[in-house]
Amino acid sequence: MMATFLVVPQRLVHLSTVDSIIIVFYFALVLAIGFYLKRQSNTSEDYFLAGREMTAWIAGLSFLSANLGALELMGWAGASYQYGILAAHWYWIGAIPAMLFLGLVMMPFYYISKTHSVPGYLQLRYGEPSRALSAISFAFMTVLMSGINMYSMALVMKVVLGWDIGFSIWVSSITVAIYVTLGGLRSAIFNEVLQFILIWAGALLIPILGLIEAGGWSNLKLQIAHNASAEYTHLWSNLGSFNSNPMGIHWTGIVFGLGAMLSFGYWTTDFLVVQRVLSAKDLRAAKMAPVIGAGFKMLVPFIVILPGLIGIAVLPMKLMGEGAAVATGGHSYNEVLPLLLARYCGPGLLGLGITALLAGFMSGMAGNVSAFSTVWTYDIYAAFLHKKSTDQQLVTMGRWSTVIGVLISVGTAYLVMQFLSIMDYVQALFSFFIAPLYGTVLIGMLWKRATSAGGFWGLLAGTVSSIGMYAWVKMDPSALRYVALSPYAKDMAENMYRALWSSLLCIAVTIVVSLMTAPKPESELKGLVYGATDIPSESATALYLRPSFWAAVVAIGLVILNILFW
Amino acid sequence: MHSEGSISIWFFIGISLLGNGLLIFAAGLYQISHPPAEPVVLFNLHANVWWGAALAIWGAVYCYFFRPGRASS
Repeated sequence: MMATFLVVPQRLVHLSTVDSIIIVFYFALVLAIGFYLKRQSNTSEDYFLAGREMTAWIAGLSFLSANLGALELMGWAGASYQYGILAAHWYWIGAIPAMLFLGLVMMPFYYISKTHSVPGYLQLRYGEPSRALSAISFAFMTVLMSGINMYSMALVMKVVLGWDIGFSIWVSSITVAIYVTLGGLRSAIFNEVLQFILIWAGALLIPILGLIEAGGWSNLKLQIAHNASAEYTHLWSNLGSFNSNPMGIHWTGIVFGLGAMLSFGYWTTDFLVVQRVLSAKDLRAAKMAPVIGAGFKMLVPFIVILPGLIGIAVLPMKLMGEGAAVATGGHSYNEVLPLLLARYCGPGLLGLGITALLAGFMSGMAGNVSAFSTVWTYDIYAAFLHKKSTDQQLVTMGRWSTVIGVLISVGTAYLVMQFLSIMDYVQALFSFFIAPLYGTVLIGMLWKRATSAGGFWGLLAGTVSSIGMYAWVKMDPSALRYVALSPYAKDMAENMYRALWSSLLCIAVTIVVSLMTAPKPESELKGLVYGATDIPSESATALYLRPSFWAAVVAIGLVILNILFW
Repeated sequence: MHSEGSISIWFFIGISLLGNGLLIFAAGLYQISHPPAEPVVLFNLHANVWWGAALAIWGAVYCYFFRPGRASS
């Protein structure tokens, strides 16, 4: 049915009627959810924070799902084909410790302060200048990133299904605009949880069938060693030097750059994911949600990284980089997941797999525009443009900013279509703000002496230094040996080290400026800083209900997985 | 989430799994009776039959336990 609307030149897979019905069924269901939830989104608390009544499970799955977009799935499956199991670091040490830290240490301050957003917390802790810097950069980077993701996904749909790029962009963005405008964050969260289930239902079969075809894990490793290298199945043992692994990275970059800075920056201060946890119904649910998210995050490599490895072993063709694929007519690394879908999935299953990708794409966009709408409404519009807004005016502005956010995203997608290099610059821009913001928020939560001036100048110094390092390497590629400690470092390694240096500079400047300026009185820090906030004890709660107990279980699982694949 | 008088998110998920599961199961049965000219790898395992059935059962259980009007969480 849907296929009749589509332009179909060359494509990886062909959809049958039942596949098309499954895709149309998904679109109908998400729109029905949006219309159903409209009547539950009347106040600003309902619209922007889903009424603060989500259970730990819903908030936790949504928290994870907001990050589990389609490009994430295909990109990391492609990365594991290219770099081997090293890509799993981005799911394990590059995510789990940060998620647990958010739940156990940082969430109480976000939740008890009753802030609506991360920039809102900065306003409470450091004042308006820090909020303005953070809110403006986040709001615009978020919609620009949404547009880039939209274009990338439309491109994937063209390659995989032969769909016209404009068709993919407009159908998906109009659907997202309708259901988020109607139901706000609650609608976005419902669809994210639905997406999470669909991704597992659609993608889990690939590693199962792949392992059956390869003859089990041991045989898979042998085939990978034959087709690529035995190094592709080791997580840590080949990270002793920069040029002994496919990624060109040293273990210090993984542990300190990725594990300690970049991942903490993303998972603890990126409002796109933190907003989901703020919707939790009480403090225990808010602490538990990231722990639940971490538990499932730990399992995601089985549907993302493992298929990439299976691709090395079973696919008859050799995949290549995007440029080489375009030049030679071959398949790029990012196509490994769709190629495996086409290899194993017959009618129906193929439709479910494609639906999972579409769902991941749309919920990622919904996450971006709902976070943009909240930050725009609370931290820019109500804070600086219309300070005496009523609750109803905030909801109205939220709905309009959702529509405008989607339109800016569509505009960005078309702009990227004309000027492809914009994509690299905006992605880099986004990364400039994440790592320093973590330094600022963390010091604000843990150190009472940190002052408003310290927070603002630390955040600015971290951001400017990150931009400076990026520009330095762009103008003089030999500077890579200083920024990333090695001339062999690839883009990912450079990002890790840039995050590390900019965070450390942010922290240093915040401390120095704070010591030179007058501190806030302790009465103004209540609910915002460790030592000035009453955090309810877990001691009266049964062990199996304590977030700290489950965090320990997840941490032990993480250690075991790293040892197993050492 | 399931506040008073509202439909649980798990019910919507149940509908999605049940609908998709039945469609995939039916497509799998049809393929057994009309084998395709170019079958997928491991076609002999009939993954769409048992995977579709598993999804349909999972969805039916969710639809039953989280149906509107039934107090749940």
